[in-house]
Amino acid sequence: MKFGVIVFPGSNCDRDLATVTEGLLHQPTRMIWHQDTDISDIDVIVLPGGFSYGDYLRCGAIARFSSVMRSVIEHANQGKLVLGICNGFQVLTEVGLLPGALIRNRDLHFICDRVPVRVENNQLPWTKKYTSQQVITLPVAHGEGRYYGDEDTIKELEDNHQIVFRYCNLLGEITEDSNPNGSLSNIAGISNKQGNILGMMPHPERASDPLIRATEGRILFEGLLV
Amino acid sequence: MSQEYHCRIYVTLRPSVLDPAGVAVQSGLHQLGYEGVEKVRIGKYIELTMMAHDKTHAETQLDEMCDRLLANPVIENYCYEITALETTGSPK
Repeated sequence: MKFGVIVFPGSNCDRDLATVTEGLLHQPTRMIWHQDTDISDIDVIVLPGGFSYGDYLRCGAIARFSSVMRSVIEHANQGKLVLGICNGFQVLTEVGLLPGALIRNRDLHFICDRVPVRVENNQLPWTKKYTSQQVITLPVAHGEGRYYGDEDTIKELEDNHQIVFRYCNLLGEITEDSNPNGSLSNIAGISNKQGNILGMMPHPERASDPLIRATEGRILFEGLLV
Repeated sequence: MSQEYHCRIYVTLRPSVLDPAGVAVQSGLHQLGYEGVEKVRIGKYIELTMMAHDKTHAETQLDEMCDRLLANPVIENYCYEITALETTGSPK
């Protein structure tokens, strides 16, 4: 499985991702500069966390028009795998590959923490190594991670099982108190209808190394190799 | 013959979207004693000048810019004002 990590000016989780896919999982991994256009050799495209183009105007708004994104859209439309983490998730909504938008956190804080997240759909390539409703702990670090979509969008996501991760408490209950940023329906991650595109605010790549005793994010990447 | 226009663009969150920054500023104003302040919303103000054949052409382009980049229609509305700038350097 060959991974491609897109590097926008301002991406800062790109090397963390390569550390996981190449360093820990021994998969070929290529860093892809935002001006590149040929990504035909890649199986899984990852849009990493960070502040693409400084996140001026809105998170992900300018990255959306970078030349590599045309190829990413093509890659996604062919049914190939695309993962957007944090800023990458914001870019995927801006470009329209995923519905909705990510806006400023409810309480205005930049949140840097570890939060419990429940796996809502384990039927996707991304989540097949998790059990259904499994509660995992993942790091979050964002100021604008509150998922927003209009009523119809939220209903469609629910109906099509596109909500992949929800913020929950340690017992796996979906409560308002366990929602760190005010996301509608406690949404932490969603997929497109086909399930080949995943966007999530928590950082699985930061919970992948036994050295830091946090490996529940690594299962997501391992699931892709099975 | 094209004309230079000055454009003021206002991008605001759609009314249905919670604006936590607006709520925080509202409570700050209340603390200062301005109890009458209601519904503070914080948006973005963008200024630009552009060359266009006429005002309609300028408006068409601005609509496009707002829809494509300056505003995100999922969460934001926009409006703008356009003023024709006086041409300089031409003899009267």
